[in-house]
Amino acid sequence: MASLFLEGTPKTPLVKFDPETGLLELKGRSIPENSIDFYKPLTDWLDKYARAPRPRTVLHVQLEYFNTSSSKCILDLFKKLEGVRATGNEVSVHWHYEVDDEDMLEAGEDYAGIINIPFKLIQIEEGERGKS
Amino acid sequence: MYHGRRVDNYVDNSPRGRSGTPNRRLFFVHPRCSMLHKVHELHDVLERQRVMLSFKGPLSPDLVTALLAVAERKLVLIESDQRTRKRVFNVLVECLQNLYHHNVRPQQGTEEGRPSDGPTGVVMIACLDDGYQVLTGNFMAGADVDRLKDLLDRINALPPDALRDFYRQRLADGTYTKSGGGGLGMIDMARKSGAKLEYGFVPYDKDSAFFSLNVNVTT
Repeated sequence: MASLFLEGTPKTPLVKFDPETGLLELKGRSIPENSIDFYKPLTDWLDKYARAPRPRTVLHVQLEYFNTSSSKCILDLFKKLEGVRATGNEVSVHWHYEVDDEDMLEAGEDYAGIINIPFKLIQIEEGERGKS
Repeated sequence: MYHGRRVDNYVDNSPRGRSGTPNRRLFFVHPRCSMLHKVHELHDVLERQRVMLSFKGPLSPDLVTALLAVAERKLVLIESDQRTRKRVFNVLVECLQNLYHHNVRPQQGTEEGRPSDGPTGVVMIACLDDGYQVLTGNFMAGADVDRLKDLLDRINALPPDALRDFYRQRLADGTYTKSGGGGLGMIDMARKSGAKLEYGFVPYDKDSAFFSLNVNVTT
């Protein structure tokens, strides 16, 4: 299957889903007015990927901002990955947050408390800020 | 907030006006051009209230992007604490999202548009000594007022930990509201604010009401 790549915009994150490596990335801002429209291709892609996933899948989430309508859609992505894990594959989410961003850390904890996937909360070091 | 006043009630509240020195600018205003007074008055009100951004009118996604860009640029200049900056920005994002989605034009329309036109509203960010206030206002369906009021009262009654549980519970239930949101916006704003959400409803006509919201973000 083809990889999914979307450039980041002021309101939507960069998306890099690679079916060959099992490496999925969501990075930047997710504050669109219509989050469902934006996330539909992502969940569709994961539905397809779930049929023949890599033995190991890692989703990196590094968001500076996300709105509450995106938060439901992001949860949907995690739920798709729960499905991948349920079929005996290794899946994890790496939630990256900036040093002083307690709110983003809390948001990661909120998800970790809801979904059944190993969740790693990773603090971004100063020097790495803005690096892609 | 600007409440239009007739020019014959015009009171010069600017520092110069209060000091008793006549404000010379007034002499150049033709008596019939009352809007000219109002420009000055509006400027003074915005200055006194330390308003860093204000907008009233129809909203499009592009305009929301532009307003967010302006607010972000100003916040970088005046607020050194990144956490506060992010919180104010987050609250503004949710407020604009609400204006964009939860918006009902009164049946007879308003000065600026017909009921069929897009979402419209008013938004303002003002600086306080100990933080910021994000104020928004929009028309909404009168039938939804009680439900929204109940939600706001419920949120305001919860201490921070319980608010977080409420958020998680709503997030986890996996349902979407008709606007695509998760019904999480108000809870999220209350969490970011750390203060009670201040609100008001003004009945407009039999089907609609004007909803005002003030979210304080303290530093």
